[in-house]
Amino acid sequence: MIRLEKRPEPSRFWTAATPILAVVLTMIAGGIMFALLGKDPVAAIRTIFWDPLFDPQFAAYSRPQLLVKAGPLILIATGLALGFRAGVWNIGAEGQYIIGAICGAAVGLAFYPMESWIIFPLMVLAGALGGWAWAMIPGVLRTRFNTNEILVSLLLVYVAEQLLASMALGALRNPEGGGFPGSRNLQQYPSAANLELIPGTGMHWGVVAAFIAVIFAYVLLNRHMTGFHIRLAGQSPRAARFAGVNPTRLILLCLGISGALAGAAGLFEVSGPAGQISIDFNVGYGFTAIIVAFLGRLHPVGILLAGLLMALTYIGGELAQFMLGLPSASIQAFQGMLLFFLLAVDVLTNYRFRIGKGAIT
Amino acid sequence: MKRRTLLGATAALAALATGAFAQDKPLKVGFVYVGPVGDGGWTYEHDQARLKLIEHFGDKVETVFQENVPEGADAERVMTQMALSGAKLIFSTSFGYMDPTINVAAKFPDVKFEHATGYKTADNVGVYSARFYEGRAIQGHIAGKMTKTNKVGYIASFPIPEVIRGINSAFIHAKKANPDVQFNVIWAYTWFDPAKEADAAKALIEQGNDVILQHTDSTAPQAAAQAAGDVITFGQASDMAEYAPKPRVSSIIDNWAPYYIARTQAVLDGTWESDNTWDGIGAGMVGIGDITDAVPADVKEEALALKDSIADGSYHPFTGPLKKQDGSDWLAEGETADDGTLAGMNFYVEGLTGEIPN
Repeated sequence: MIRLEKRPEPSRFWTAATPILAVVLTMIAGGIMFALLGKDPVAAIRTIFWDPLFDPQFAAYSRPQLLVKAGPLILIATGLALGFRAGVWNIGAEGQYIIGAICGAAVGLAFYPMESWIIFPLMVLAGALGGWAWAMIPGVLRTRFNTNEILVSLLLVYVAEQLLASMALGALRNPEGGGFPGSRNLQQYPSAANLELIPGTGMHWGVVAAFIAVIFAYVLLNRHMTGFHIRLAGQSPRAARFAGVNPTRLILLCLGISGALAGAAGLFEVSGPAGQISIDFNVGYGFTAIIVAFLGRLHPVGILLAGLLMALTYIGGELAQFMLGLPSASIQAFQGMLLFFLLAVDVLTNYRFRIGKGAIT
Repeated sequence: MKRRTLLGATAALAALATGAFAQDKPLKVGFVYVGPVGDGGWTYEHDQARLKLIEHFGDKVETVFQENVPEGADAERVMTQMALSGAKLIFSTSFGYMDPTINVAAKFPDVKFEHATGYKTADNVGVYSARFYEGRAIQGHIAGKMTKTNKVGYIASFPIPEVIRGINSAFIHAKKANPDVQFNVIWAYTWFDPAKEADAAKALIEQGNDVILQHTDSTAPQAAAQAAGDVITFGQASDMAEYAPKPRVSSIIDNWAPYYIARTQAVLDGTWESDNTWDGIGAGMVGIGDITDAVPADVKEEALALKDSIADGSYHPFTGPLKKQDGSDWLAEGETADDGTLAGMNFYVEGLTGEIPN
């Protein structure tokens, strides 16, 4: 008889190995799915994981695009991971991302067509503040009235989406756009544009911010008292209280940081790759970042790698769709498998298999 | 399959005969779709046109497509990758692909782009759209004649000129057929969301609307109307014939195939030039689906006469005298709306209630 036995403490080996195992299992299960769809599974997996990086036809373009796609994922996931570690569940990063984009873009558009170096930093500030403020709503409700921040933050995503539509159709609509929805294109407004810092690299300020956030989070978690409190609160809330951790402060801090980072990510996206506030400006980075955070084991460096991997499945998935004619739903299923297998093999981190009868516990 | 092979063979023969066989590789044509090809509406019809393109040209063309492409940065990447993969003609089939199309086109001057429903053109970017409002006039006429409660529900997507034009056109003709008619508009803020569309349809039906017009792409409103019983609907973007003869009594069908074939031919011939195409019933870009027997014979006859007069150009759906909602004059007696006003239409005509949200 095979049974599971709880490890006295999480296995260090499996903590690092489970993401890799999950990727391998996803490739196998995904390959079977592609084969059932009548496509060559090896070609499909190669197109997703290899071609964006090394194919001579695409790689020169796709490699920088990895950074463009991974930047917001890493930035948001880093903030979320801090909260997740402390047991503060911000599921509404998508909403904070939208509000950040709206606030940041609004500041930029308010200055149009003035040119000044100060405009872009002000936009970043407004974006981060917007995301922070939107995250404070579930934060204050939680600390004041003990509401569930999972529910509140999630539902605020839909409120944010309505606000986005109304902004694209109303206040922020391009006055020279012939009545069509959508703001002016910030890419064409030099002082507000978040362009590539070095052409052809995909590096824009959002990617730089993502790297800085990773370093900042690493230092915070490993070298700072607040980081210790965050970890302690997640592992043992009671012990944290005895250690003098103020739960209200911690909740507001975690939600605030994740909201501000998500808001900043929204600003960098709207002023850079997306270019404008449009009705469906948000494409799910805030939700995908949750997967990235867990795929990266809530560890800053892990999140960096997980963000790049997730971006690879997006870009490779697109290639596979039009090169091999795979339906887009199969790519989404493939990405879903990744999270599924990660959660499934996660059991190995905390439990070990034992064969034979063991003592009754 | 056989038919396709046969057509392919004929096409190849024709190519040999005309000496246009200089290209050893087929022309790669890319399609970028905003929804899934199985949406049964907007994207479905674009994909049907792609299939007809293959049928027409056989192995002279190779098509690639990508569905569910979000508007914005992702669309730009998808089009760039398509162009890198060797596509020489790319159809981007949603309004939100406008700026991405212009951006990618600037990077690939030898690739031709065709953007649907937008207004920005470049040397290698043409735009095309259909005069759906012509079909709306016919729907409006049938709706006005058929409603017993004098209440017509309208599921609108986004308050953009395209949609507002449709509401105005339908209302003008419903009002002509039935002076007591009222329109109730619900803004769904989506092009395709079966759950939301069903909710909107149910709400409208509960409020006593017995005709439901939709400017969203799913068949959910049709299903809701069928469940409710005595309610009629119209197919949107595609025929939605599975709901005929009732609730679906007719439909507006997007027919992109002739345009796609013509533009592909132009690229093959080397005669492609940037254009701004806005075709309607006359050119065959807007089709009117079969009017079923649920519609009385005289109403059907009037509707078909209206269709013919629009098709041959003798009647324009926006002909004066018409006033705006606020009572100000818009078109004088006999005057017709110019394309510029229609393209940017952001007001209701007189008689419509409610406000355009912004």
